[in-house]
Amino acid sequence: MSQFSAWSVFWNGLSGQKGWTRQWRDSEPQTKYDVVIIGGGLHGLATAYYLAKNHDVGKIAVLEKGWIGGGNAGRNTTIVRSNYVLPGNREFYEHSLQLWEELSHELNYNVMFSQRSHVTLLHNPGAVDAVARRYNTMRLTGNNDVEMWDLERLKATIPHLNYAPSARFPITGAAVQTRAGTARHDAVIWGYARAADKLGVDIIQQCEVTGINTTQGAITRIETSRGSIETNKVGLAVAGNTSRLWQMAGLGNLPIESHKLQAFVTEPVKPLLDQVVVFGMGGAHFYMSQSDKGGMVFGGDLDWYKSYAQKGNLPVAEDVTASAISIMPCLSRLRVLRQWAGIVDMSMDGTHFICKTPLSNLYLNGGWNYGGFKATPASGWHFADLIASDRPNTLIENFDLERFARGVNIDERGAGPDPKLHG
Amino acid sequence: MLRINCPFCGTRDHNEFTYGGDGSISYPELDAPMEDWIKAVFERENICGRQTETWQHTLGCRMWLRVERDTVTHEIFSVTPADPKLAVACGDDA
Ligand SMILES: Cc1cc2nc3c(=O)[nH]c(=O)nc-3n(C[C@H](O)[C@H](O)[C@H](O)COP(=O)(O)OP(=O)(O)OC[C@H]3O[C@@H](n4cnc5c(N)ncnc54)[C@H](O)[C@@H]3O)c2cc1C
Ligand SMILES: [Zn+2]
Repeated sequence: MSQFSAWSVFWNGLSGQKGWTRQWRDSEPQTKYDVVIIGGGLHGLATAYYLAKNHDVGKIAVLEKGWIGGGNAGRNTTIVRSNYVLPGNREFYEHSLQLWEELSHELNYNVMFSQRSHVTLLHNPGAVDAVARRYNTMRLTGNNDVEMWDLERLKATIPHLNYAPSARFPITGAAVQTRAGTARHDAVIWGYARAADKLGVDIIQQCEVTGINTTQGAITRIETSRGSIETNKVGLAVAGNTSRLWQMAGLGNLPIESHKLQAFVTEPVKPLLDQVVVFGMGGAHFYMSQSDKGGMVFGGDLDWYKSYAQKGNLPVAEDVTASAISIMPCLSRLRVLRQWAGIVDMSMDGTHFICKTPLSNLYLNGGWNYGGFKATPASGWHFADLIASDRPNTLIENFDLERFARGVNIDERGAGPDPKLHG
Repeated sequence: MLRINCPFCGTRDHNEFTYGGDGSISYPELDAPMEDWIKAVFERENICGRQTETWQHTLGCRMWLRVERDTVTHEIFSVTPADPKLAVACGDDA
């Protein structure tokens, strides 16, 4: 497989685009691997890549029941930011953002990471105070790209928001992270897959894990729809299906519930919005950006009831479109082209797990709520480190399952132990 | 749209209701060991399939209900008052 370069793009442009080859092998499953990663989403693929690149662990496979990127990896609204305030989260997401900034070079694949900034609209003094506290904490702990914008600056930057004083929630300013933005989710999946494959990782699609055999507190074999696989270590990265695989290994309950989250995209229009804009007020929750193809990408709340069905329901579609029009009225005549849903692994405190488990050679990566896209590079990096070294580094030591028993809930929203509230 | 048949008000769209959560949890005695409480508050079976859950008819009678629903197909099998005494009074023999 060839290395991408300006020259190869130029040459293929002149020669009818015929010089491109397959980006990764279609591997057949072998009977034994040193490490098996279950789940070919962003986290599974990133983990396999960093394992192969940073560590010496032998033969690695990624098992995916469908096709890579068919889960939440290919369904998200692609927002990347690091404006978290709690210790642990702050450092983790900042590490992730730094990895994002180099990712296209790292993978030799254009992931179209666009640091167009993340703009949270503010509507009242309470919200201003709350966000000032968060952003000041971030600045004090070394993250200097968060700013408070007054109305004049916001109007000058994004002129066509609804600034009418008669709006239901008049806009008074914004909180902005300037290094935040979006990336092309498919490109991130393909980039990690290609780079992992190049380092010898077998990416095995249409390979569903159907059974997990254990002896004396360790996994010995994995049963799949394409045969039985022996392995020394297993990394679980199956997002919305985490509880099902966990129970397949006989491990009981988890602090996770599966919920569905929808997204929407409109017909493409000329450049209209060069930022990610977030609106959260009076029960509404809405975020949007414009894709490079021109479609307006909308997202909102969960469907509010637990679900494993990858299809969304109408009340949320109504809430999301109502929010869109209320903050940017010029969107009202756009048509929504597509709508879809993904099953997200909502955790009890809104924070993820990258940790060891009761089985000595099983490692857990999950509980990403609906913020796991931005976490991808750091998640893969630290999960690989955990699997290779068998001990959590200090940055991830509170991302374990026992934190609730220790009283260390990492609850950014302060919403309490109700998974659906951690949006 | 899910349609929930409230035993008090009749069949209504689900956005009149608020989802409570897993209806199978039973809270331990107040002086039970800490582990029992951690399990009840933080750990879930997260069933893929038929589960019992609670909903409140917030924009109707405000009663708490116990709903049996499939989390994959969203089919609803039964709706009864969450309060066991009311459930009996409403003719549910469970
Ligand atoms: C609508 C929506 C919008 C979102 N927006 C954002 C956003 O703007 N910013 C952000 O940071 N995050 C966002 N997220 C969250 C983010 O997409 C997820 O947290 C992240 O993708 C989860 O990790 P993943 O990619 O590894 O999961 P997935 O892509 O779901 O990967 C898990 C894989 O495991 C496979 N699998 C399951 N069971 C088995 C089995 N038995 N055997 C083999 N394979 C199996 C699945 O097929 C799947 O491919 C959003 C999510 C959704 C649904
Ligand atoms: Zn009612």
